[in-house]
Amino acid sequence: MNILTDLAPILEDIQHRFSARLVAVCVTQLNEVYFDAKMDLVPGFCAHLYRRWHGRLVSVFADDARAEQGVFHLYYVFALDAAHGFFVLRVPVAPERPEFTSLTNAIHAVDWQEREIQDLFGLKLIGHPNPRRCALHDDWPEVYPLRKDFDLRATLPPFEGERHNLREVEGEGVFQVPVGPVHAGIIEPGHFLFSVAGEPVLYLQLRMFYVHKGTEKLFENMPIPHCVRLAESISGDSGFAHATAFCHAVERVCGAEVPSRGRALRTICLELERLYNHIADVGAICTDVAFVTANMHAMRLKERVLRVNEQLTGNRLLRGMSCLGGVRFDFEAEQVKALQGLLAELKPEFESLVEIIRDSSGTRDRLETAGVLKPEIARSLGVVGVAGRASGFDQDLRRDFPQDFYDQVQCVVPVFTEGDVQRRMVVRREEIFQSIRIIQQVLEKLPPGPISVKVEEVPPGRSALGYVEGWRGEIFHWIRTAPGNRLARCKVKDPSLQNWPAITEAILGNIIPDFPVVNKSFNLSYSGTDR
Amino acid sequence: MFNILRKSLSTGVVTTSYPETPPEVSARARGKPEIDWANWKDARPAAKICPTGAISCEDKNDRRSASLDLGKCIFCGLCADVDKSIRMTHVCECAVRSRSALVKEADYSLKPDGTHDRLVSPLTMDASTGSGQLADIPRPSAASLETLAQKVQERAKRVLGRSLHIREVDAGSCNGCEVEIVGLNSPVYDLERFGIHFVASPRHADMLLVTGPVTRNMELALRKTYDATPEPRLVVAVGACGCSGGIFGVNYATRGGVDSVIPVDVYIPGCPPNPYALLHGILLAVGRLETKRR
Repeated sequence: MNILTDLAPILEDIQHRFSARLVAVCVTQLNEVYFDAKMDLVPGFCAHLYRRWHGRLVSVFADDARAEQGVFHLYYVFALDAAHGFFVLRVPVAPERPEFTSLTNAIHAVDWQEREIQDLFGLKLIGHPNPRRCALHDDWPEVYPLRKDFDLRATLPPFEGERHNLREVEGEGVFQVPVGPVHAGIIEPGHFLFSVAGEPVLYLQLRMFYVHKGTEKLFENMPIPHCVRLAESISGDSGFAHATAFCHAVERVCGAEVPSRGRALRTICLELERLYNHIADVGAICTDVAFVTANMHAMRLKERVLRVNEQLTGNRLLRGMSCLGGVRFDFEAEQVKALQGLLAELKPEFESLVEIIRDSSGTRDRLETAGVLKPEIARSLGVVGVAGRASGFDQDLRRDFPQDFYDQVQCVVPVFTEGDVQRRMVVRREEIFQSIRIIQQVLEKLPPGPISVKVEEVPPGRSALGYVEGWRGEIFHWIRTAPGNRLARCKVKDPSLQNWPAITEAILGNIIPDFPVVNKSFNLSYSGTDR
Repeated sequence: MFNILRKSLSTGVVTTSYPETPPEVSARARGKPEIDWANWKDARPAAKICPTGAISCEDKNDRRSASLDLGKCIFCGLCADVDKSIRMTHVCECAVRSRSALVKEADYSLKPDGTHDRLVSPLTMDASTGSGQLADIPRPSAASLETLAQKVQERAKRVLGRSLHIREVDAGSCNGCEVEIVGLNSPVYDLERFGIHFVASPRHADMLLVTGPVTRNMELALRKTYDATPEPRLVVAVGACGCSGGIFGVNYATRGGVDSVIPVDVYIPGCPPNPYALLHGILLAVGRLETKRR
């Protein structure tokens, strides 16, 4: 297999440096390389990629391969943004000694992911600073749902006993404010425990995974074509992005080449998803500082986009549009016209909305310097997407790992360093204009031809990454295929999982009444996190 | 300030006149699927391709019983791609008062090659009609419960019919339903024109609008929310997952539909139901759908 020219020198360096300790090296895609090694290589490998090549760990997960190879596997996926490639380090964990070494003390970004492995696979974390439960609540019995010998349909006893093992914060004048899981607004469930001294927040603890639905286990129990629909339901507002990331992974396993028109339509749909969500967020941020008029306009514009989504794909949230090998519905002249009409109307409308928000000094006053996430903290937590870009992290898979039609359009990444609510809103604002431009560029170059290629039997025993820059940030799906057109494992990584811990940092020193707007400025998916 | 006023004035009124006028949906919109029951040749391809098991069939003694469960359907239209007897309609107003009203069943005798010979029961199945004419499967044991439910309904309608406070509860949804429920507050659908609005606490609520599937981790929270809601109260289950557990079904982490945990008055199918479908379900629950269409 060939390898990207930018990636070749890094591979050479790694092979040279760790030669004897690498059991195997396998280039499976132009930009995807697998390394087999023992657990003791992980810290050194990781440190070298971070320091020498500015790599970053984007996904850490486990896989139960006891049936095939007699071991569990741990996977460490590194993104090498500048070289446009991924290195995947795979290490075995013997079932007789189900434990693994934590990296969290060095790389905070993997904290939740490591604990999730401990919860769902029963592999004990060694040296983790906070090894409490994360993915399973404290009242769960000792079960390891992602082990192969655990049955998807197992019935667990209902909740009883201690649900959360949260930390007490004590001191004169300190009190605690528990919020959730059922919140005041129309949002998803999660539990927040604020520790407050006077007005400012001293400490915030999050308890997520209220909407854990066994999604990754479900992937292993469905024929692959059905999994596309399941991927749409990982996080409803990112349905198309998740489904596309999943399709990418399967297409890479099969070596399927999506026709260029199919790739163009995918790109348009990804940008439409970004548009309706970003518009809604700009409005919702305004609502949370009591500027409701702006939100009414934003909701009206969002509705406009949703209706066009329906005209193009039959569903307002673009559901049912994606399929393995491309997309299901072509855009005829009528659809293209509807889309052009939307863009022509949206741009001036949104510009005037931006203007009334900018003119509102009260709004600006609340948004600037609220919920600051400092770039160095964002970097150490591995914060990605909108929140990352508002805190100085110049990264976007659309630019650095272009797929679909992104290599044929111009994509400018807005980056700010202030890291406050205002900048997270401004990143969205800029991306809305970007999306309009991207769709226009795609429409100008819209190639003729088929919209999909048939993907029928998927070869077993292969692995691949699928990735998409969703509107929140980078989405990764990693699959290992099994015989009979099924999956042995599907690991889903939503950017929300990465970004939640950042909220506990951004809120420090802010007052509780500002929490809704700070939270909204991140607008993370609970369902995407909990799966 | 002047700019704000100018923008509002130049925008004008954007609110839909639904339910007096029918939902405005586009030519491609996928509503509920419709099966030509009388001429259905083979249920197996559709059952095989259906990702949620909304279309299913079972063979027993040379008979096949095939069913369509709108409570599980995500309106993806894959069945219509492989089966000419199935057609995706534009119909989005599918809310009903009982779970069984979402299920249609038919028995077929079979030919040697496994395709349908003819419809055996019910003897007539009209493909084109809505829930009213398609025979609901009677569940005798539930009959008395239903009269009771109807009485409660009547009372709720009297008490809550004019102004209604809704508490939305996400008991495990993927947040797709929430995207659409939030839209009810937009100037386009403007729920408040009916005197209906969303409140922040179940203590202030007359209706719980619940999305699902109910996860194991949300089960207790949902029960507590239900208990905190004063009577008379209504519960509306939203979306395929709220109606039945949807694509997630029942597994180690989910309990299934909302009615597996608390009693449900109205079911709104869809994935997610669009705002018209939501409005239809909410108005159905409070008995305010009698308004004549213009």
